[in-house]
Amino acid sequence: MENKTSTGAPVVGAPAGNGDSPKGKAGSSGLDRKNPKKGIGGRLWRNRYLYLMLLPAVVYVVIFSYIPMGGIILAFKNLNYVKGFLGSPWVGMQNFKFLFMSNKLWFLTRNTILYNLAFIAVGMFLEVGFAIIISELGRKMFKKVFQSLMFLPYFISWVVVTAIVQALFSYEFGLVNNILAAIGLNRVNIYASAGIWPYLLVMFRAWKNTGYGSVVYLATVTGIDQQMYDAASIDGASIWQRIRYITIPCLVPTMVIMFMLALGQVFRGDFGLFYQLVKDNAMILPTTDILDLFIYRALSATSNIGQASAAGFYQSVLCFITISTVNFIIRKTQPDYALY
Amino acid sequence: MEERIVVKPRKRKLSSDRLAFATMGYFFVTAFGLLCLFPFVVILMASFTSESGLMRNGYNIFIPVGTFSLEAYKLALRTPIRVFWAYRNTICATAIGTFFAVMMATMTGYVLQRKDFEHRNQFAFFFFFTTIFNGGLVPWYILCVRYLKLRNNFLALILPLMFSVWNMIIAKSYISALPFEITESAKMDGANDLSIYFRLILPLCTPLLATIGLFSALAYWNDWYTSMLFITSDELKSLQYFLQEMINNIQALKQIAARGGAVSFEGTLPQEGMKMAMTVIATGPIIFLYPFVQKYFVKGLTIGAVKG
Repeated sequence: MENKTSTGAPVVGAPAGNGDSPKGKAGSSGLDRKNPKKGIGGRLWRNRYLYLMLLPAVVYVVIFSYIPMGGIILAFKNLNYVKGFLGSPWVGMQNFKFLFMSNKLWFLTRNTILYNLAFIAVGMFLEVGFAIIISELGRKMFKKVFQSLMFLPYFISWVVVTAIVQALFSYEFGLVNNILAAIGLNRVNIYASAGIWPYLLVMFRAWKNTGYGSVVYLATVTGIDQQMYDAASIDGASIWQRIRYITIPCLVPTMVIMFMLALGQVFRGDFGLFYQLVKDNAMILPTTDILDLFIYRALSATSNIGQASAAGFYQSVLCFITISTVNFIIRKTQPDYALY
Repeated sequence: MEERIVVKPRKRKLSSDRLAFATMGYFFVTAFGLLCLFPFVVILMASFTSESGLMRNGYNIFIPVGTFSLEAYKLALRTPIRVFWAYRNTICATAIGTFFAVMMATMTGYVLQRKDFEHRNQFAFFFFFTTIFNGGLVPWYILCVRYLKLRNNFLALILPLMFSVWNMIIAKSYISALPFEITESAKMDGANDLSIYFRLILPLCTPLLATIGLFSALAYWNDWYTSMLFITSDELKSLQYFLQEMINNIQALKQIAARGGAVSFEGTLPQEGMKMAMTVIATGPIIFLYPFVQKYFVKGLTIGAVKG
């Protein structure tokens, strides 16, 4: 069997230590002796069980990912349910015209990007912060209890978060509003004050995901060479100096990678968060509308499939370009972490 | 014993900077931990508070004296068939979906890490490409509805979440850390790839199975999205979607409280309490399960996290 593996595309999605070992060749030469068949047919037959095992996933991905990819041409068509994907008439750029003219697309894009940047910044700050604190605080019992608590929000759906929002922020009965009233401040009707939503959304997102996100950094901190800390403490470094000159520099590569990965998704909003918390509340949409919400609304409420697919096309292409760019930069600077 | 000896000298010289850090650290960590817990407490307490108590005192982290009541639960369970359907659908979808998700992810991961599989890199890219480019919601939705007939079809709760490339990548990297000699020697002995995978590789992958299983189970359990897109029949809605309707739609609440939905509920409906009771009913099991799976979860997250 020729060793084709080394000439193919680079190893996918395996940042750390997935290098090919030469063991594979030894194994296959052993197989060759047992299986004298040559040629493509022989190779296919020899690996028939491997192909069989791949089959379900390949079929799945073709149906649920590759066929819809072809469906992206809908953005240039006027969909007719009866005629289907291919039979519907072409309409050129008509679907995009309205989107671009109304400035809607720019507004949605800006919101999506700004929200994602805020999520990245706040998320990273909290995740790194808690990872450092947890790693420095010795007590195992405490660590465990805290991690359990921190993961709790990650376990629930955004639907349950809606119930929490109501319990805390309902105008008349919400706990937060009651506290505000008790200390002599005005109650806040969150569904009438658009300005408060960017803070709320960032807050709830951080609340739900910090526990999960901090694990990545915690794993990195655990991997730092203990000798560095020992050397530092012999030199009389304070804990702040340890963190400032050892822990944080060691975390920077991970932070950069996580940042780049998040940046690659900057045009894709967290639909669950936005949909469940905002719904289609027109009062607060000016500060909370994102591309994903718009696409869903255009598809479901107004059945404006043309605009929905045009916006979807725009989002997919932007996503693809950013991810490719980000990956290109990572590959140039930190090849080990490149996605592909 | 050994550990204690190592730890002790460090403890003795608890310098001022360490003390300051520990104070701050414990403060922040405790504060954040409580912050994560307290919304759940508020909801739980509200669900056991009578509506008049809620109206008078608002939501709270305790049940004010004399306002304890099970009324909300009684009303929420007055039409138990809806709750039963929702539970049945979610449990079935979670069980079936998780099983297939785990099998597909590990099976694909195993093949793609086989160093003697000639096209593994091409196939890996074939899968990976779907994470960097997709057709967007509309073509996918139309495919599911028009061509796969998923509308009001139980499969709609299972199929869309069944395969995740990320789980596959986690599986691939986990399995590739196992010695290749396992596969190699079994092949020498004449075993085929299928039985190598099932009888030799899978038994070595318990942490991996737990991880992917948990991720998938969580995705299925918390799924409201597919129900929202594809399901209109009450009999097929998932638990979270059922909850979403109850929380956002007073009409839906009234129907539940009005036994069978034929007559509308008379008198004032304990809306707030009922919503919270519904939330507890829908969240309860996963929260109770949480302490038991939490251990695996953190471990599994680390498996996933190391991968990035």
